[in-house]
Amino acid sequence: MTLPAPLGALTTLPLRLLDAPMRALQRAIGERRMPYVFLAPNAAFFGLFVFLPIAINLWFSVTGGPALFPSERPYVGAGQYAYLFECGSYIDPNSCREDHFWRGVANTAKFTAFQVVAMVGLSLVTAVVLNMKIRARGFFRAVYFFPVLLSPVVVALIWKWILQRDGLLNAAITAMGGDKILFFIDPNWAMFWAVLVSVWAHMGFYTLILLAGLQAIPADLYEAAEMDATPRFRVFRLITLPLLWPNMVVVIVLALIRGVQIFDEVYVLTGGGPGSATLMVVQYIYETAFSNQVQNFGLAAAASCVLGVVLFCLTLAQLAASRRKGA
Amino acid sequence: MKAIARTLVLGLALGLGVAQAASAQTTLRMTWYSDGNEGEVMADLLKRFESKNPDIKVVLDEVPFKAINETLPVQLASGQGPDMARVADLGGLARYMMDLRPYLKNAATWEANYGPFLKWMRVPGDTASIPGYMTQLTVTGPFVNKSLFEQAGIAMPGANATWQDWATAAKSVAAKTGAPFPLAIDRSGHRFFSLAIAQGAKVFDAAGEPAVVDDGFKRAAQLVVDWHKSGVMSKELWGSVSGAAYRGANEEFKNAQVVMYVSGSWQIGQFDKTVGDAFDWVAVPSPCGPANCTGMPGGAALVGIKATKHPAEVARVLDYLASEEIAGELYARALFVPGNLALAAKGIDYKAASAPAKAALKVFGAAVAKLDPVANQLQGYTNNRIIFNAVISRLGQTITGETTLDEAYGRITQDVAQQIAERNKK
Repeated sequence: MTLPAPLGALTTLPLRLLDAPMRALQRAIGERRMPYVFLAPNAAFFGLFVFLPIAINLWFSVTGGPALFPSERPYVGAGQYAYLFECGSYIDPNSCREDHFWRGVANTAKFTAFQVVAMVGLSLVTAVVLNMKIRARGFFRAVYFFPVLLSPVVVALIWKWILQRDGLLNAAITAMGGDKILFFIDPNWAMFWAVLVSVWAHMGFYTLILLAGLQAIPADLYEAAEMDATPRFRVFRLITLPLLWPNMVVVIVLALIRGVQIFDEVYVLTGGGPGSATLMVVQYIYETAFSNQVQNFGLAAAASCVLGVVLFCLTLAQLAASRRKGA
Repeated sequence: MKAIARTLVLGLALGLGVAQAASAQTTLRMTWYSDGNEGEVMADLLKRFESKNPDIKVVLDEVPFKAINETLPVQLASGQGPDMARVADLGGLARYMMDLRPYLKNAATWEANYGPFLKWMRVPGDTASIPGYMTQLTVTGPFVNKSLFEQAGIAMPGANATWQDWATAAKSVAAKTGAPFPLAIDRSGHRFFSLAIAQGAKVFDAAGEPAVVDDGFKRAAQLVVDWHKSGVMSKELWGSVSGAAYRGANEEFKNAQVVMYVSGSWQIGQFDKTVGDAFDWVAVPSPCGPANCTGMPGGAALVGIKATKHPAEVARVLDYLASEEIAGELYARALFVPGNLALAAKGIDYKAASAPAKAALKVFGAAVAKLDPVANQLQGYTNNRIIFNAVISRLGQTITGETTLDEAYGRITQDVAQQIAERNKK
């Protein structure tokens, strides 16, 4: 299909306008340097909005005091890091000088472990079911994906209304003759719901990745297995799982990264409580920097650098997993 | 044709005139938060100011209280804040406030009307600046659901009843009526210290430096922990969130779920508006401890911001709003305890208030005279929120069983020292 002549001329106009100056530039700097010209806008964008904030954050982490402007902040060297890591035993937050940070680390580790296991397990089961020839398959795929479209704050508020003292769940429990359960004052319940809400909200995305992987497995392998009368579980174990493994690795690493970064849903749902039972590292950073009367930007920056290193390692793992999948 | 041209020229001239007048107008921004209807009242007062002062336009930015405590300080630190702001952390934000004196019509009247509260807004060492005026004076104190007491057939404790008397009575009422919250105290350091100072907490040493954990403080902390264990207080307030997060029980009180609610005078407006005839409520004097029967003073001030490019105009707005007539109207319509000495002496006619609200305002007004000097000293201390936050955060952990009270005492002392040291790093 070709465009009508006037329209075609209009769409190629910007290209024609750029043609002459680009040719002049190429003549001036040489053909080999031209790729850098095209990369420059993106590099500038990244530099300004990613690398510059990282550099500022690093500077904040080695400075102290309440001043906001970097030039006004006194240099304290590794003092903020030393303060963060001053612990009798890293597995006992009570023995640490900055116990809230280590409680955040412990909670984030616990949350991530439970969330990854639940997320991967439930996403796998859902993907397998949605890959079968069931009735209203398209509808169910949409239903499972729908929560992904919601804002995390909206998700947390919906669940808060369900779980609070006079919420839907307690109304159901009391209607069945039970006693109200105060989910948010019990540390175990609070962590359970934090994990469950996070899994509910994001499972659709991971299911989609696994579903794509399942659909890429050649059908003739299943046909061959069927001809050999191979039991279903063995088919799943020996065909589905190995061929789906690269997708599984991506899902595991992405869920891990998400778990470590968790903030908004849990902050709105539980406020980090009861006590500090669901206080996560990112909430610690936020509160240290903004909620206290003395806004301790230096300590918060140091904690965020530590978190950044963890996330960087996980991202490298994800890249390695993706490459292996590509190979 | 000539007529059309003449009309066009006239229109153009008029347009230019209007544009010039508009460009001569100074626009000021005021950041404001509301507990009740004070935002509406302020908008009304500003409209009146603008009609009398057409060269100044004031944009009222209403934000949540959380934004006043968390976002505004960062804005101010970066020099990007508003021209005026209503703030509650008076000492903490004092370094960003302007001195209005050079621009005021009569600074002496300000000193006479707002003098005792101006020191709350000054940085240490400053004894003279006038940064703003009190939009309200607050006093902490309890509200009681009288209907629940009547329903339970239990008499309300008298005027000099102790905290323990009230706790016992509230628990009995809750047991008979099924109210889930016998005693609810806002999860706030400010509220906790009315209990602590009544128990004898001194908060400061002889040199005026913080010495938070003493015997009086320990008595109060022990009471709060014990009340949570025995069910007098529900963990839903102090035990349900982490850190220094504020959690109030005003919604629960309005829903008749609380027997006794320890909060403060700023709640009167909303209770008056929302409780209506649903149940009878009263404000009662602050309960007594072994040391005294004090509440904690506090309040919000409307202050000029140092970084403003229009200090003279800011002072004109504040001069107008702080005048007896206008400030009195705000206090009367928003049902506030006056933060203006002349008006407090004359008394405010709360025309819009119902009988229970008027009675509550009388109780809180009387409480001002009974404030303990330690309570006033703590309110005026620049780093008071460091103390409040440390106490709430650490007692919250003890209430949920994460730490013991002794560990909490150690942590409170350490947190306060560390944060003050951080603030003083230069």
